[in-house]
Amino acid sequence: MLFSPHEIQETIKMFSQEHLDIRTITMGISLRNCSTGSAKSACEKIYDKITKYAEKLVVTGETISQEYGIPIINKRIAVTPIALVAESSDANDYLCFAKILDKAAETTGVNFIGGFSALIEKGCTKGDRKLVNSIPEALAATQRVCSSLNLGTTRNGINMNAVRDIGEIIKKTAKLTADQNGIGCAKLVVFCNSPEDNPFMAGAFHGPGEPECQISVGVSGPGVIHSSIKNMKGASIDEIANRIKKTAFKITRMGQLVAEEASKRLNVPFGIIDLSLAPTPEIGDSVARILEEMGLEIVGAPGTTAALAILNDAVKKGGIMASSHVGGLSGAFIPVSEDEGMINAVEKGAISIEKLEAMTCVCSVGLDMIAIPGNTSASTISGIIADEMALGMVNNKTTAVRIIPVPRKNVGDKVSFGGLLGEAPIMRVSTFTCNEFISRGGRIPAPVHSFKN
Amino acid sequence: MNAIVTVVGKDKVGIIAGVSSVMAELNINILDISQTIMDNYFTMIMMVDFSNASNDISEIRKKLDQAGKNFSVSINLQHKDVYEAMHRI
Repeated sequence: MLFSPHEIQETIKMFSQEHLDIRTITMGISLRNCSTGSAKSACEKIYDKITKYAEKLVVTGETISQEYGIPIINKRIAVTPIALVAESSDANDYLCFAKILDKAAETTGVNFIGGFSALIEKGCTKGDRKLVNSIPEALAATQRVCSSLNLGTTRNGINMNAVRDIGEIIKKTAKLTADQNGIGCAKLVVFCNSPEDNPFMAGAFHGPGEPECQISVGVSGPGVIHSSIKNMKGASIDEIANRIKKTAFKITRMGQLVAEEASKRLNVPFGIIDLSLAPTPEIGDSVARILEEMGLEIVGAPGTTAALAILNDAVKKGGIMASSHVGGLSGAFIPVSEDEGMINAVEKGAISIEKLEAMTCVCSVGLDMIAIPGNTSASTISGIIADEMALGMVNNKTTAVRIIPVPRKNVGDKVSFGGLLGEAPIMRVSTFTCNEFISRGGRIPAPVHSFKN
Repeated sequence: MNAIVTVVGKDKVGIIAGVSSVMAELNINILDISQTIMDNYFTMIMMVDFSNASNDISEIRKKLDQAGKNFSVSINLQHKDVYEAMHRI
């Protein structure tokens, strides 16, 4: 036999008990050739192009899943930031573009389409501004459309005018989807240093430097990592890091296999593998529980940031060797509502937004899926975003904020978004104000270490 | 196309015969068989070639699930490439 019983059993256990899956196959499609002066004809072109390119995406994903015995959870589409595509059109707002993306997503059978986006780290064009102002209605009127904004980069600094405005946009989005606990905000993420090839939602878009069409794959597997370090009581940190690295390697190799197969069958080039530990609300699929397995009483305890740094780095190191191209976010996600261990820590009062902020310095993304009181002011939301953007800018990493001011809810309440988005206790937000700072507007200059030329 | 079929459960008479006859019925060729006891469970590992199988993969899975129920064992079929990717560089 080519493989030992131990190897075979290890793999089977990963799928059957440890929730190993391909989290998403995401097809990136360029819409740059869909720009025209007429919004109506641009929308027609967009719909035709997406439905033609992604016609077989879902069925191909399902066939591969059956044939290889690997669960493939989501099939998704990322498109060129709509601000770039819609700018030359005669539309005054871009709601029609969001609706056509939603329709194309429905026709192709994908569960999310990302790219209702704008890259505005240095400032807004007229098209960018229209897009930003259309976000609340767009997210309220559609089911599958995800929106993202890049507000800063290490290279260019932070657009504080946009940071100021986005606080209001998030409030308005929550208000327009108040009957669903502000779920519109769960489909909106703001970035510093956003990757242009990220296959994960809500932040996926097909960057301007990407090819015509490509396939990227997001692999997950917090449960596998967790179980690989069980029974390592008393082992040194070096040993833990090494074990995580080896496991991450195995998981990513599986992702590479699926990506190559999908790319071959769809006749679309392979883009990248994103090896991210993306938790789900299910038991045994939590990033927080991995940190606790390392020896923390509960996530949020002193040592949490260090434990997360070890995890994030080991996952990257294992993943990089396993794939020909690694990209996207690749690391550990720490969303609150989507992680059973994280929810538990919030409920026990072990973790605060401030501790999460510190953790985002060493994880792969940022403040993710955090529910806060509905009466939080727009400027406070902008302040939280500004802090997170500054961390990303100075540390040369991607950071992001996906925050939901849940209408009519307060600290002590709990909110459920359903499905993969999970449920979250409302977290306490500082009541001290930053209104004057945020209302100044302007730009935060790029940090000195960005001048590398 | 090769796959690895594992059968895990409580040992009893006729498991190998039962699973093999399902394979024959589906025109799946058995290339290799090994059997061992792991963690007190009967564990059979088969390498099979399903290139000329009479049914498609989802049908094959259904039949194996049914056979598993009949013998009270769990039967898993996984493409060989998955193991190759994970365990061999």
